[in-house]
Amino acid sequence: MQTVKIVVTGPFSAGKTEFIQSVSEIDVVSTERKITSEAERIKATTTVAMDFGRITVGDDLVLYLFGTPGQRRFDFMWEILSEGMLGFIVLIDSTRPETFREGRSILETFKAYAPTPYVVAANKQDLSDAWDLDDMRIALRLQDHVKLLPCVATDKETVKMVLLELLYSVLAEMGEGE
Amino acid sequence: MALKGNLRDFTITQLLNLINLARKTGTLFVQGPTEKAQVSFQDGKLAYAHISGEDNFLATVLYRANKITAAQHRTIKTRAAKMSDKELGLLLINANYITQQDIIASLQAYFVSVVQRLFTWVEGIFYFENDVLPPNDKITTRVNLENIIIEGSRKMREWEHLQSEIPSLDMALKFTDRPGVNLRNVSLSVEEWRVVSYIDPKNTIRQIARTTQMNDLEIRRIVYGLLQAGLVELARPIGTAKLKFTVPGETKEEQKSLVNRLIGRIRTI
Repeated sequence: MQTVKIVVTGPFSAGKTEFIQSVSEIDVVSTERKITSEAERIKATTTVAMDFGRITVGDDLVLYLFGTPGQRRFDFMWEILSEGMLGFIVLIDSTRPETFREGRSILETFKAYAPTPYVVAANKQDLSDAWDLDDMRIALRLQDHVKLLPCVATDKETVKMVLLELLYSVLAEMGEGE
Repeated sequence: MALKGNLRDFTITQLLNLINLARKTGTLFVQGPTEKAQVSFQDGKLAYAHISGEDNFLATVLYRANKITAAQHRTIKTRAAKMSDKELGLLLINANYITQQDIIASLQAYFVSVVQRLFTWVEGIFYFENDVLPPNDKITTRVNLENIIIEGSRKMREWEHLQSEIPSLDMALKFTDRPGVNLRNVSLSVEEWRVVSYIDPKNTIRQIARTTQMNDLEIRRIVYGLLQAGLVELARPIGTAKLKFTVPGETKEEQKSLVNRLIGRIRTI
């Protein structure tokens, strides 16, 4: 049995757990705890170790999706989770510009851990107060070649599109390496 | 009960506050990620500080404070290498090279700078030994801790901000391709120019810091300014492993086939 791993990361409350839930064929194995930080009390629980989703491709191949904990004090988990991944997705809440800086920082951290292909997904693009992608690109300081994709983590189709774009990037990198 | 623990749980700010309020006398030993420090206090006031491996000979401290010249520093280090700080201080005062005030002010500034550096240590083990003081031949001072704590807290906030902006010093920098930006038209400080002169995707930020003899805080501060101004951007260093990812399969064709199978599967979800 071959296994492949994709990591879904991003700031606290970006929608990582929902993202994985939308496409996972199993109920996401989530390790959540009650929020302790007052500043981060915009939802009741947070992921402290990882979310874990699965997509079976065939008898011999399984894709695992790992979601990282969003709160910075659990960042010791990131390096462990990033080991051996095919690529990673940085999920950013388009309606919370106060998390953009954290998103940028997480992106730089992951790039340093593992030089693998990645895409950035702008979540909650269906909401009226979501930032435009062009503005987000500037705020997140993304270079033109970095894929910044619109996404709604609860909508399976947009989640599939993000995963596919990451896999296209992997294919492109494999082609460049030839 | 000994005062000991981990900086992750009990910060330098909290430690200094405790020592100040309890008017403690003794020495705080801190083992940081790469260096060790010892800081001594008398009745809750800073008396002495030293980072291991760093030249804290009185002559060097005075030279760094511009109280003696490079030639005088060299001469003292050759001829008075075996002299204690107290003996050397007396000699210099009696020879009218410097005043007692110069010595005290230089040492105070040095000790404070050591403590300020500790504020950027967020990882490490510490323990406090009651009533342990520096060797008798060392000159001690009495500096109030309140201002150090306030300034240190400010530095800590800046450090946290810079660290979240530039989480890794192992990345490289490259100039942005924005049209119309000419570095000659930008007003940069001497320190910024020194960093700019080493910007090349071959050099990591850590290497630039080492070459320009800047500490983590100083290099982050400068790089942050250059990033904010849009003059440079972070890049993966040339020479490090090219993109690597774990795709099962022995040949490139097998690996491509596997990724294509993943694509096919996701399309059908």
